[in-house]
Amino acid sequence: MSGLLVLIPIALGLGLLGLAMFFWAMRDGQFEDLDGAAQRILIDDEDEEG
Amino acid sequence: MTAPFRQQDLEDSALVDTRLTVPGMRCAGCIAKIERGLAEIEGIDAARVNFSAKRVAVRHSQGLDQGDLVEALRHLGFEAQALAENPLGSDDKESRALLRALAVAGFGMMNIMLLSVSVWSGAGGVTRDLFHWLSAIIALPVVAYSGRPFFASAWMALRYGRTNMDVPISIGVLLATGLSVYETFAGDGHAYFDSAVMLLFFLLAGRALDATMRTKTRAGIGALLSKMGKSARVLGPDGGTSEVKAEDLQPGTIMLVASGDALAADGVIEKGRGSLDNSMLTGESDPASVEAGSVVHAGAIALSGPMEVRVTAASSDTVIAEIARLMDEAGQSRSRYTRIADRASRLYAPAVHSLALLAFLGWMLAGAGWYQSLVIAIAVLIITCPCAMGLAVPAAQVVTSGALIKRGLLVKDGSALERLAEVDIAIFDKTGTLTLGEPQADLSLLGEKQRQVALALAQTSRHPLSRSLADALKSEGTRPAQVEDIAEGEGQGLAGVSQGVPVSLGRPEEETTGMASLLRIGPEETIITFADGLRADAKEALARLSQQGIASRILSGDRQGAVETVAKALDVPATAEAKPQDKLALLEELRSEGRKVLMVGDGINDGPALAAAHASIAPGSASDVSQQAADAVFTGKALMPVALAISHARRCMAIVRQNFGLAVVYNICAVPLALAGVVTPLIAAIAMSGSSLIVVGNSLRLAKVKK
Repeated sequence: MSGLLVLIPIALGLGLLGLAMFFWAMRDGQFEDLDGAAQRILIDDEDEEG
Repeated sequence: MTAPFRQQDLEDSALVDTRLTVPGMRCAGCIAKIERGLAEIEGIDAARVNFSAKRVAVRHSQGLDQGDLVEALRHLGFEAQALAENPLGSDDKESRALLRALAVAGFGMMNIMLLSVSVWSGAGGVTRDLFHWLSAIIALPVVAYSGRPFFASAWMALRYGRTNMDVPISIGVLLATGLSVYETFAGDGHAYFDSAVMLLFFLLAGRALDATMRTKTRAGIGALLSKMGKSARVLGPDGGTSEVKAEDLQPGTIMLVASGDALAADGVIEKGRGSLDNSMLTGESDPASVEAGSVVHAGAIALSGPMEVRVTAASSDTVIAEIARLMDEAGQSRSRYTRIADRASRLYAPAVHSLALLAFLGWMLAGAGWYQSLVIAIAVLIITCPCAMGLAVPAAQVVTSGALIKRGLLVKDGSALERLAEVDIAIFDKTGTLTLGEPQADLSLLGEKQRQVALALAQTSRHPLSRSLADALKSEGTRPAQVEDIAEGEGQGLAGVSQGVPVSLGRPEEETTGMASLLRIGPEETIITFADGLRADAKEALARLSQQGIASRILSGDRQGAVETVAKALDVPATAEAKPQDKLALLEELRSEGRKVLMVGDGINDGPALAAAHASIAPGSASDVSQQAADAVFTGKALMPVALAISHARRCMAIVRQNFGLAVVYNICAVPLALAGVVTPLIAAIAMSGSSLIVVGNSLRLAKVKK
């Protein structure tokens, strides 16, 4: 029982962290150009910063 | 530390952002070429490509204007247009809101499931109560946040005395949550939080897929729009020129029209002579010669100039605007089309409600007590709640539209796919649809030297014929000759000197029937003719359509002779010299015979017919009006996407029907259990996710693109 008191908040906290990161990624425009992201990996020497 | 930052801010404020659409980018190489090529140009700070939307955002100094950027991209080998603002931003917002709701529901579902599984596997006593309380704490905010799209839609329907799929969903979710909260307080029995949240998650997945598909294809279509003359160069009273937006033009203003410009308003030519391409407006493929006194219409493209045009009618009074009005009226009938999901829910929603009510009453009569009867009624609601149904249609349609995008066809929404699957006759416009709509140079008469000189001259000009000639020569691998002192005289063509010999490229002296250019090298003269050729695969595409039981015919505004040539080559019946009204009348006639018409056309004159037809497709080179009226837009030089659209749409609808079948079978199995009162939350959860996954899996079969 005492183990649960530690583990459950951790599990929930990790879930919330993931959710918060998803929201951040969406606001930051990470999902704006999914096809482009797939293509960019093929560009040889991307020397300029991203 | 702070000083350099301020400096940076100051510099940034002097830069402006311009967004351009570049429909031609296809690969990683294009991204690299555009971003690096632009960044090397003086005055451009940075360029960032959005490949999905086919756009480039350029940050540059105010010294450069849109024209410079378009020209810079043209040098890199890409056609580009500047974008004003995003006209489709609202769609984007909707799909973002759905994605957020989906993420929250997913978070809730996973955590509640974690707790529920422990309860199912035997946690009891205090632990079970604790888990139920935790589930309640997670579920209540999640339901409140993620359920909003359904609650809002259900509330709207109820307010107008109707019912839709969202009503049983909302009732089921709210009742299940409410009952579970009661049970948590009472400290005994089952909690249905997991079912409620899982239901939301799967349904939101369907909605989010649907919205993503619309945003994606609309971004693609948005990238093709805005090719037409939206502004005009206007001669001021002081002799200076300024750029004026089409809607701000006043009758009496003098517009300057150079070759390549699209006319922004109707008018009369005051000065100058030239030829106009009216194909967008009337379907006529041959250019019309105009001179002082000729009446010209908005939407026509000047092939040669310059001309001064006095505006007689602007924005809402132009011929284009008249066609737009006709189109609005013609589009009414299509908005009455109900999508298959709505048709299904019209049958389904009342059935679900009455079944749940009957279950409640039945168990009450059987003496089960109101609490147990309510639990069973909720179980029936949750089990029958159309998880699989909510996914059945969007999952199949998203996969299909994804496969079609790869083949160069953008379908605007799911309803378009449903209507495309139903068509049984296809009507094609000629110019720009069956043909490429742009003049193709006949290079067969040119020798090697002539090709090199022609390319050297043509590539310096923006005249449509020169551009087409240059493109054709470049694609044949011709390298330009050394030509010095190239000058472009307005209306006189290009002249220069190559190895001491005067060379020129210009309009032939005597009038020819079609479009032609005269190439002179010293005393030697060659005529280069241009013709608007058929799309290479037009014949195969039509054959493919007839294999699918769809007859084709041509309906064009062009001259009888030109239409007959094409009709004979493709072996289909044709009607020529049809006005927009005539096109509408023919569609009306076919509809009254019970035919479902597919209209394929590009011109402004096709707009009303595109809007009136059961389904419609426009090429990517079409006018804005046509692309907006059409259900789907195909890009590239092939016509085959039109035939593919039909076969894919039909396959998609077959899968949708299978999905519905699966959902019905699932209900037939699960509902008796629910009615019998033996459905525990565990069974409900497994049945629900299982049926949803089967439906999604079945839809994924569509991703395998058949050749």
